[in-house]
Amino acid sequence: MLGRTANGLFWMFRYLERAENTARLLDAGLRMALTRDLVTAEEEWRSVIETSGQRQSYEKKHSSYTGMQAWNFMLREKENPASIICMFSAVRQNARLARNAISGELWEAINENWLVIDEQLAKPVGENKVLDAVKTIRRAGTMARGALTGSMLREEGYHFAQAGMFIERADSIARILDIKYYLLLPSLSYVGSSLDTGQWDTVLRSVSGDRAYRWLNAGRIDARGICEFLILDDRFPRSLAFCHSELRSNLAALARLHGSEGESNALMREADTKITDLTIEEIFEQGLHEFLTEFMSSNAAIGNAIASDYRFLS
Amino acid sequence: MSGNAEFFDEMRQPDGSVRSAYSNYCEWYDEQDPKLLRRKHSEAETNFRKTGITFNVYGEDEAEERLIPFDMVPRVIDAREWRRLTRGIEQRVSALNAFMHDLYHRQEIVRAGRLPERLLRNNEAWLPNMVGFTPPGGVYTHIVGIDLVRTGPDEFYVLEDNARTPSGVSYMLENRETMMAMFPELFLRCQVEQVSDYPRRLAKSLAACAPDCAEDKPVVAVLTPGIYNSAYFEHAFLADQMGAELVEGSDLRVVDGRVAMRTTCGYKAVDVIYRRVDDEFLDPLTFNSDSVLGVPGIMDVYRSGGVTIANAPGTGVCDDKAIYSFMPEIVEFYTGEKPLLPNVETWRCAEEDSLKYVLDNLAELVVKEVHGSGGYGMLVGPASTKKQIEEFRHKIVENPENYIAQPTLSLSTCPVFTKKGLAPRHVDLRPFVLVSPDKIDITPGGLTRVALEKGSLVVNSSQGGGTKDTWVLKD
Repeated sequence: MLGRTANGLFWMFRYLERAENTARLLDAGLRMALTRDLVTAEEEWRSVIETSGQRQSYEKKHSSYTGMQAWNFMLREKENPASIICMFSAVRQNARLARNAISGELWEAINENWLVIDEQLAKPVGENKVLDAVKTIRRAGTMARGALTGSMLREEGYHFAQAGMFIERADSIARILDIKYYLLLPSLSYVGSSLDTGQWDTVLRSVSGDRAYRWLNAGRIDARGICEFLILDDRFPRSLAFCHSELRSNLAALARLHGSEGESNALMREADTKITDLTIEEIFEQGLHEFLTEFMSSNAAIGNAIASDYRFLS
Repeated sequence: MSGNAEFFDEMRQPDGSVRSAYSNYCEWYDEQDPKLLRRKHSEAETNFRKTGITFNVYGEDEAEERLIPFDMVPRVIDAREWRRLTRGIEQRVSALNAFMHDLYHRQEIVRAGRLPERLLRNNEAWLPNMVGFTPPGGVYTHIVGIDLVRTGPDEFYVLEDNARTPSGVSYMLENRETMMAMFPELFLRCQVEQVSDYPRRLAKSLAACAPDCAEDKPVVAVLTPGIYNSAYFEHAFLADQMGAELVEGSDLRVVDGRVAMRTTCGYKAVDVIYRRVDDEFLDPLTFNSDSVLGVPGIMDVYRSGGVTIANAPGTGVCDDKAIYSFMPEIVEFYTGEKPLLPNVETWRCAEEDSLKYVLDNLAELVVKEVHGSGGYGMLVGPASTKKQIEEFRHKIVENPENYIAQPTLSLSTCPVFTKKGLAPRHVDLRPFVLVSPDKIDITPGGLTRVALEKGSLVVNSSQGGGTKDTWVLKD
């Protein structure tokens, strides 16, 4: 496979995952805003924009936080490269680039949803329409993953796509946790104290983990439990441990197919030693923020190593 | 709908009765509920959008992707007609290849006084780098599209030879897929030759033209200018269907005397490049030095026999309309036979008598630029205003060598589906021809282009034309 095509597949799934994560975040923010008074709602939108990493560009454009402004910015602002419309357009662009390396089913999953989202976001989105757009993105993600696992050869292309997806997902979970943790826990002494359960509910919702968490931890919502769930519970497909283990097996498959290991495999092994057998107590002891920062930087380094191991760009 | 005595109609006789090629189709059509057909019509468009069979329009917003309108009434050709056409096409295509070889070698045809030398001198597509060089297998035009028009029961004319990079074959394939998905029952009633193995035939034909240095299974790649090219969909489609890599210039470089592509395992030699990049962009070292679409040094590799480029650089010479006007002589010179498929009568404005005739009869003629294509820069006399004609007259007088003129042909019509039922529209036909050292392979059918405006004779997709599925019936 061409290096450029591998790059296209990798980024196609990274952008798809990123667009979907933004949609989940928006979904959680909307729900929060609906249950709040106006002043708190403004705070909540600020926090949603902050968590999505779009605060700087948002504040260049708007001086206040209203729901309508916030979701239109996250959904359809063309000047905001992190908006869903820009990211989904990048998904489709990369899919076109890698068109002969993906199945027809996968291409159509992307293209059909692109046609829908393009129309849904053609005009400013009002209160009664905002959930439709969010749903389209989530459906696109589900369909694309389904087409990927159901129709693609287990060749290198499949593993590049998967690697992109899990690197992006892990990055997004770590970032949400990191930012929320700061916003929600002004000091370490709060760990374990009784918290605004609504806020933690938002964290879980933004990774679609609210039901799964409740199922496993009947009714008990606390920072420790949620962090343990999102970081270490490898049963949950949006936990760091799960992403890490999937990434490991995809990288191993790539090395096997290519007959040799590269820097990405070496970095992966190094990362392994840091997360295996870790407990949540140890993470809190070393500092959650420190742990997450290190995780994100090692995750990013693996991404870069994949690009150079497999000649994505040169 | 009744026949129209003025034009040959593919479906109906002048008395309104159905021609035999269409009898099964019309029987089926009459049984259909018009409402259902209208629904199918819009379904077809949705299907094309979903599949992403779009083309980008030059000079418009990059993001804009358009559909070529699809008409769901097939164009049907019976087995006997098709056999006759294939013989004519084979003859013409083998003459084209012999002509290309001669042009870049001894130029016997010029020496024999059958072709004026000035036509080569003034030909922008002529490549001095190709002189004295023979491409692997002696094949110049690996893929050719011959544009045919019909004016009567047994009257087909060649309107144009596309020997450079004919496009549109993906529409031939997708139109058929769409028809089979929408009307499977129709294909049980009518015995239609299949077209779906074109990509396999293309892969085989290209592999047969691999250079001697290639291994058992030659590596074939499709070279595209990239995703903003108007035909990108087709490039990706063909690569996908052939199981070939789709490469851009930036993926290729010359490594150890071979052209190689950057794969995830390092550089890997490519044997055959099906390029959809124009000659002038192929090699920045040889041609346009600003080009980022090509591969520096590819021409040196080519000339040393390290790679096959399909079609060969310099084949655009044949697309020139002044050369076209000599095709009857060319066919006769290289095959020793009279052409089976006639040319459309053509006046070369470079010649004084012809120029006078053309200027005196502009309102009745079609005038084309010799290097033009895509329906741009032409005058259709009968469809133009006096002002347009006068403007064009000035252009011709200023540079007569740049123009040829042809009579306005009574192109055959074929019904299209409209909201009010079937209505006749003018059509042409582009069969796709594959050439390898020992075979000329023509896929039964081709691309039928249709002018969707009532009375219009311009079928080019860039000018609002549409396409139809083209059926060749089995014996």
